[in-house]
Amino acid sequence: MTQVSMTVNGKSVSGDVEGRTLLSSFLRDHLSLTGTHVGCDTAQCGACVVHVNGEAVKSCNMLALEADGTDVGTIEGQSNADGSLNVIQQAFQDHHGLQCGFCTPGMVMSAAALLKENPRPTEAEIRKYLEGNLCRCTGYHNIVKAIMAASGQDAGSIAAE
Amino acid sequence: MPKDSGIGASSKRREDVRFLTGAGNYTDDINVHGQAYVFFLRSDIAHGRLKSVDTSAAEGMPGVVKVFTGKDFEGVGGMPCGWEVTDKHGAPMQEPPHPILAQGKVRHVGDPIAAVVADSLEQARDAAEAIDVDIEELTAVIDMKAAAQDGSTLVHDDLKNNICYDWQLGETDDAKVDEVFANAAHVTTLDLVNNRLVANPMEPRVAVGEYKRGTDEYTLYTTSQNPHVIRLLMCAFVLGLPEHKVRVVAPDVGGGFGTKIFHYAEEAFCTFAAKACNRPVKWTSSRTEAFMSDAHGRDHVSKIELALDAENNFVGLRTNTYANLGAYLSTFSSSVPTWLHGTLMAGNYKTPVIQVNVKAMFTNTVPVDAYRGAGRPEATFQLERVVDKAARELGVDPIALRRQNFVTQFPYDTPVALTYDTGDYNGTMDKLEAAADLAGFAARRAQSEANGKLRGLGINCYIEACGIAPSNIVGMLGARAGLYDAATVRVNATGSISVMVGAHSHGQGHETAFPQVVADMIGIDESMVEIVHGDTSKIPFGMGTYGSRSLAVCGSAMVKATEKVIEKAKRIAAHLLEASEADIELKDGQFSVAGTDKSVAWGDVTLTAYVPHNYPLEVEPGLEETAFYDPANFTFPAGAYACEVEVDPETGQVSVEKFTAADDFGNIINPMIVDGQVHGGIGQGIGQALLENCAYDENGQLLSASYMDYAMPRADDVPFYGVDHSSQTPCTHNPLGVKGCGEAGAIGSPPAVVNAVLDALNSGGKAVDHIDMPVSPSRVWAAMNG
Repeated sequence: MTQVSMTVNGKSVSGDVEGRTLLSSFLRDHLSLTGTHVGCDTAQCGACVVHVNGEAVKSCNMLALEADGTDVGTIEGQSNADGSLNVIQQAFQDHHGLQCGFCTPGMVMSAAALLKENPRPTEAEIRKYLEGNLCRCTGYHNIVKAIMAASGQDAGSIAAE
Repeated sequence: MPKDSGIGASSKRREDVRFLTGAGNYTDDINVHGQAYVFFLRSDIAHGRLKSVDTSAAEGMPGVVKVFTGKDFEGVGGMPCGWEVTDKHGAPMQEPPHPILAQGKVRHVGDPIAAVVADSLEQARDAAEAIDVDIEELTAVIDMKAAAQDGSTLVHDDLKNNICYDWQLGETDDAKVDEVFANAAHVTTLDLVNNRLVANPMEPRVAVGEYKRGTDEYTLYTTSQNPHVIRLLMCAFVLGLPEHKVRVVAPDVGGGFGTKIFHYAEEAFCTFAAKACNRPVKWTSSRTEAFMSDAHGRDHVSKIELALDAENNFVGLRTNTYANLGAYLSTFSSSVPTWLHGTLMAGNYKTPVIQVNVKAMFTNTVPVDAYRGAGRPEATFQLERVVDKAARELGVDPIALRRQNFVTQFPYDTPVALTYDTGDYNGTMDKLEAAADLAGFAARRAQSEANGKLRGLGINCYIEACGIAPSNIVGMLGARAGLYDAATVRVNATGSISVMVGAHSHGQGHETAFPQVVADMIGIDESMVEIVHGDTSKIPFGMGTYGSRSLAVCGSAMVKATEKVIEKAKRIAAHLLEASEADIELKDGQFSVAGTDKSVAWGDVTLTAYVPHNYPLEVEPGLEETAFYDPANFTFPAGAYACEVEVDPETGQVSVEKFTAADDFGNIINPMIVDGQVHGGIGQGIGQALLENCAYDENGQLLSASYMDYAMPRADDVPFYGVDHSSQTPCTHNPLGVKGCGEAGAIGSPPAVVNAVLDALNSGGKAVDHIDMPVSPSRVWAAMNG
């Protein structure tokens, strides 16, 4: 067991982990931050995306020890200070960008990373950026629409209905 | 004007807030104090005789609590099948046993041989590697047609052959069918494959079993679409436990698409092992394990023949299908190629003579069962492909050919056992033609051609049957369950309402849509109504959610229970208002006496029900009602879809450029949610048509067991979809006039995509009749250059 320390959603945390413990397991099993989901074994589905030092990272593909000393953000830390939904979360609700909710944390974290580096992405740019996030429920229509809306674009007139 | 609340409003989903903030409660998020973890050692051989399973080394490994093998389950029931199909000679289907852990033989890659329970998952996995398994490998039975031959290796040694049943529906007189085809002016024939798929809800399956010694009570937390069905099957057929001692909880469930209907061995194992180990036992499937153990879908090989007269009227249809059931009978597997497939072969057309033949096969592959649409996509694909091929052969417009043969008079009795209550197929096609701007297709094709691409337009229709019922009829057809549903409406003293429903929401938005109905009926705010589901200890009973049944069946039960509540509340209101019950009207949450200004509010009546001081003596206190609802018939959603693709002639790459759906779902409660259901179904249908394929090699090795090898549709594989639900013929036999929308997109879209690809190739001068799904670049390129 090795001690690992990091900042998660602004709070300092530490724990004893095995060398093989994944960041996703550390978040879920040690910190009880179960909003980060694990949907595959091969870093394909993106349900586990979190932010590590501001970058979108698949937490199932990173060892907890590798995250030692980093600043980690998870879905639990995304809401506004008053607890209300942030702009991206609100856009997902407004545009029905989620159904079963399982891929949703990863989608929201990926969308946040996208909009940070590209504040006004085109439809094609959004679709390309989400290639590492699988959703089985929505057919992606309303996810793409929600991200366009979160970026301040008129999603309704862009997406055919 | 769109409504802003109640029936017909696009109310935002209340469940979204917890999912968007990481506060959902999925089964893997549940940890029970003191829990141990199970790892299943699964066969890596498709077919073999188990000579020995030596667990002695594993038992001594660190953290190991107990190691189980098939021997531990001798005398325990196996996994049951919920539908007995009778073959065309009157014999019951062959029904082999399906043990919780393999006994005697392994029959597919992934078949569980042993289970290690340990303090941690890592310890369980390490110990499983120390189990010494000796298997005599046998010839794997993979190809369905070969499996049907006399002398084929048997998947189950005790069965007479690998054919589960040889089933027929429709015209039984072969000579009559032959005569129709002999006299036809034109016959179109097509051989096709409905590719094997894996449902792949993003949440893998999980089970947590718990046993309380003091009270002899079990709790199973599981990723299920129907917790009561799991409890009934597990208690009555597998473990022999009293139902009242078993609680099954299906909390937030991350998608189902059919594959979480079924009772799985892992659920029974965790429940059994919790008592045997005297500790809670948790299992979380990995994705690769899911590919090897979740029931698969589709996997039909068919020949379809359509006979037309000289005026292009459909006069006869004959199909011969081989359906793969895999190694064992999954819970509802036997019903899928039969009553959920053969009955849909009439489609939207008035073909007078139809004969459907289905041979269902055991093979050394993962069991196959219902996946979104379940039998109906297989029927629609065959029918809509052969109609399209006929149009091309005859040189007629594919829409005109369909319109000419549409059923237009309702109710309509099909030659394959169904009665369509209502529909307007021409009206729906009109909606499609406008919504898809079919008039503008020629210009779009010219633009694509200017860019060096071939553009094709694919059209198809579909009809589906939802809310399978009534129970007495499905019982005659072999169902071993009733197909009703139940709801309890519990009004609290202060007027808020909890509705306990048998339907289970795993993405469908019941928590939002169902309250819209109850609130609308009473005239109160939606926020005063809450839906409770997914826990056998909280809800009366329920058959769960599948087959697009939730609103049509459970929603109807909810309406009936709410009507009872309103009726009783009116009696109380009549007492308070000193009026006759017959004069009491309920509107906007106010009970009033007709023709007067006397009224009493909903909340005052509900409070009176629980504080019955000024109260009618003949009425019981309290305000809570339950209703069970067994539908009179299926519902029949129908639609017409249009797909436009571009094909790159250099590479064979297909790109879906435009997809439009026109559906008739009857009345609609929440249009936003309905649109979302259709989007998701189309996404899965495009996945089937272009990308997804569950592949086995000739030895039964599963080649597509991860997302590296199984091509799930991603955001850049699909376009924005156009959806139009303005064609509405309400269902005639349920109180809301609703039909069901969950599966339509997945049923209607695959043939539209394939028809579009073939239209593109033919427009480019390539006379290609058919390409099997998935229509991959290599298959398209080969078809163009073959």
